[in-house]
Amino acid sequence: MSSLGFEQFPDYQVPGVKHPDFSPYESNGGSIVAIAGDDFVVIAADTRLSSGYNIHSRNQSKLFKLSPKTVLGSTGCWADTLSLTGLMKVRMQSYEHTHLRTMTTDAVAQMLSITMYNRRFFPYYVSNILAGIDKDGKGVVYSYDPIGHCERATYRAGGSAGTLLQPVLDNQIGHKNINLPAGELPPLTKERAVAVASDTFISAAERDIYTGDSVLINVITKDGIEEKVLQLRQD
Amino acid sequence: MFRNQYDSDVTVWSPQGRLHQVEYAMEAVKLGTATVGLKNRDTAVLVALCKPASELSASQRKIIPIDDHLGISIAGITADARVLSKYLRAECLNYKHSYDFTYPVTRLITNLGNKMQTTTQRYDRRPYGVGLLVAGYDEKGPHIYQVTPSATFFNCKANSIGSRSQSARTYLDRNLNSFLDCSKDDIICHGINAILGTLPTDEHQSRDTPSQYSITVAIVGKNQPFKILSEEENAKYLEWAKARGAPADPRRPGDDDDDDNRPSTSDDPDAGPRDPQVAVATEER
Amino acid sequence: MLNNYNGMAQPLWQNGPAPGEFYNFTGGQTVQKLPRELTTAGPYGTKRSTAAITTGSSVLGIRYDGGVMLAADTLVSYGSLARYQNIDRVFKINKNILLGGSGDFADIQSIMRNIDQKMIEDQCYDDNIEMKPKSLASWMTRVLYNRRSRMNPLYIDVVVGGVEQNGTPYLANVDLRGRAYEDFVVATGFARHLAVPLVRENKPKDKEFTAEEASQLIRKCMEVLYYRDTRNSSTYTVGVCTPNGCGVEGPYQVNENWTFAATIKGY
Repeated sequence: MSSLGFEQFPDYQVPGVKHPDFSPYESNGGSIVAIAGDDFVVIAADTRLSSGYNIHSRNQSKLFKLSPKTVLGSTGCWADTLSLTGLMKVRMQSYEHTHLRTMTTDAVAQMLSITMYNRRFFPYYVSNILAGIDKDGKGVVYSYDPIGHCERATYRAGGSAGTLLQPVLDNQIGHKNINLPAGELPPLTKERAVAVASDTFISAAERDIYTGDSVLINVITKDGIEEKVLQLRQD
Repeated sequence: MFRNQYDSDVTVWSPQGRLHQVEYAMEAVKLGTATVGLKNRDTAVLVALCKPASELSASQRKIIPIDDHLGISIAGITADARVLSKYLRAECLNYKHSYDFTYPVTRLITNLGNKMQTTTQRYDRRPYGVGLLVAGYDEKGPHIYQVTPSATFFNCKANSIGSRSQSARTYLDRNLNSFLDCSKDDIICHGINAILGTLPTDEHQSRDTPSQYSITVAIVGKNQPFKILSEEENAKYLEWAKARGAPADPRRPGDDDDDDNRPSTSDDPDAGPRDPQVAVATEER
Repeated sequence: MLNNYNGMAQPLWQNGPAPGEFYNFTGGQTVQKLPRELTTAGPYGTKRSTAAITTGSSVLGIRYDGGVMLAADTLVSYGSLARYQNIDRVFKINKNILLGGSGDFADIQSIMRNIDQKMIEDQCYDDNIEMKPKSLASWMTRVLYNRRSRMNPLYIDVVVGGVEQNGTPYLANVDLRGRAYEDFVVATGFARHLAVPLVRENKPKDKEFTAEEASQLIRKCMEVLYYRDTRNSSTYTVGVCTPNGCGVEGPYQVNENWTFAATIKGY
């Protein structure tokens, strides 16, 4: 107060009430894994919504179906996730009305990047992974940082256990650090992608308290989206 | 130059209590090709005739989707319709974004009416020269609304607007009682039969293939997001509609008295205020 | 904003018409103005609240097979002072929505005025369409997220419960940042630590609670909260919402028993 020159103004304080600085952000945990194949893409996210040592919900889906060929996985600050996905849905419907066609996965990916960068100096505190079928019918994964950097990939892990899961995917899907001749490497089928995604989550739930309860797996092909559920440990 | 001395401006009253400019705008609706809206217990249907302006051009879009639960069919100045549909879309999107719910049809149309009314009350605006048939579905069931350039709106059981729409209205009037309980397929066929009646007789007979009729059909209803039917579906329904019965009574000679192509400005100055010609049947509320 | 015909044009003078516009014309451009107290600095500069002052503690909501139940005690504290001891914190919004509020009570009253106004608008349409609980929860996330994004949050944590159009129960929590989630049990304040585990433990697998189980759990949880949360009082109200309507019942009294106190030794 004295810095403002109002010494005469007493600094009232309510007894027993703390005066923390308000933080607009909160980490609500959750992990995402996405793996793209030739004509399919698998995206999985756990269903735990937490902050600190509280588990708010054990069955909160973090996968947002944006179109019949595109699914967005979003974790981090849940309030930001809700706001961002709400905005994406609005913009996609406007696109559909003006252009008379559904947005392609590549277009959604670009728009998401721009939408995120619009908040460059007050970012959406979220880890996004976008999975879908691109205009050539191939599976594709896009990953983002909170301010909208966008990168096309074939497999990616994100969220609270992203750093735990990515090396596993590098090894199992990217075949990094494997001493096998090319012919003996297992081909990436839909089944194998689902199996690897499931295994990574089971492992992550052992080490990350923000990942657990269950995993929702979406398998996207040109024919539609198939949904699977896998139970994880609940502690 | 002027039809009379009281139509120099929208805001000028005639001694008979009429707003001539607004009435002229109502005439613009009758220049557009016909469109029909009708509903049964849980589906609302729009059928529109979209004749190309010339052999060289493609036909205009007559049915505009607004949201998953709502769409409009237009007759009149297409450019004005685009402005209105942009407004409706923005309202529906805003509502969905804030409330995670579709905009109740009645409320949306009330607000649209309020927006359109302001143009009829100030000298630097002109009324929208387009009539709308709105088909929507919400928790209160299916709705058909007619919106006119005078910003009046009517909640209808069935209606038709546009050129030669009188014969479609006659058809709807005659079959009105069967609409509520008929099936989805039947209600679409009724819509098609109603609109076929608005075709000039020679055109009606000379065309056989469905695409030549250039009919657009859209439906919305319970568990049915607003959808414009494909060419194939159109052909199928057209086939069924034809099998089901003759299209609305072919226009008899001498019937021309009802032709609403006729400008409504009555030559008789004592005719008094003329309410907009409404609706085959309007709902109570 | 409905009739923003000439959005780019600036008014000719303060509150005046823009070029091509008319002063105060029916349905004309309405300039959205924030209240003066929000735009003008006071004698000591502009201040924003950074903490709750008068606070309500927990709210507990449980979803069961035929509806939802919301419970909150009747105390509103001022720091450690039990300042207002007989205040309902569970509100009936309309015939299918209940709202339980905790956090800064002034902010709750403020948002409640907003919500009540919306319900009046709903009635003015006179079309028998009422807001649904999911819509209210969604609107709350938009409002609260907006406030937090302007770094001027409403210090509240609310539970929205009710019954949807098709009769399915709905229960959600929205916090001061606009974070929202649905679940069969949601709670705010200390109930998040004390009541939620109790309720989850009693949840039958693949089956919703019955009304009887839900009310038993509410009674039990309010008792535990009263014993362990120092900002709780022994009276509480319970809101019940079913497809047949909703209402707030009570105040009820926690079934307290302090006879064991005499046996506690060693402090």
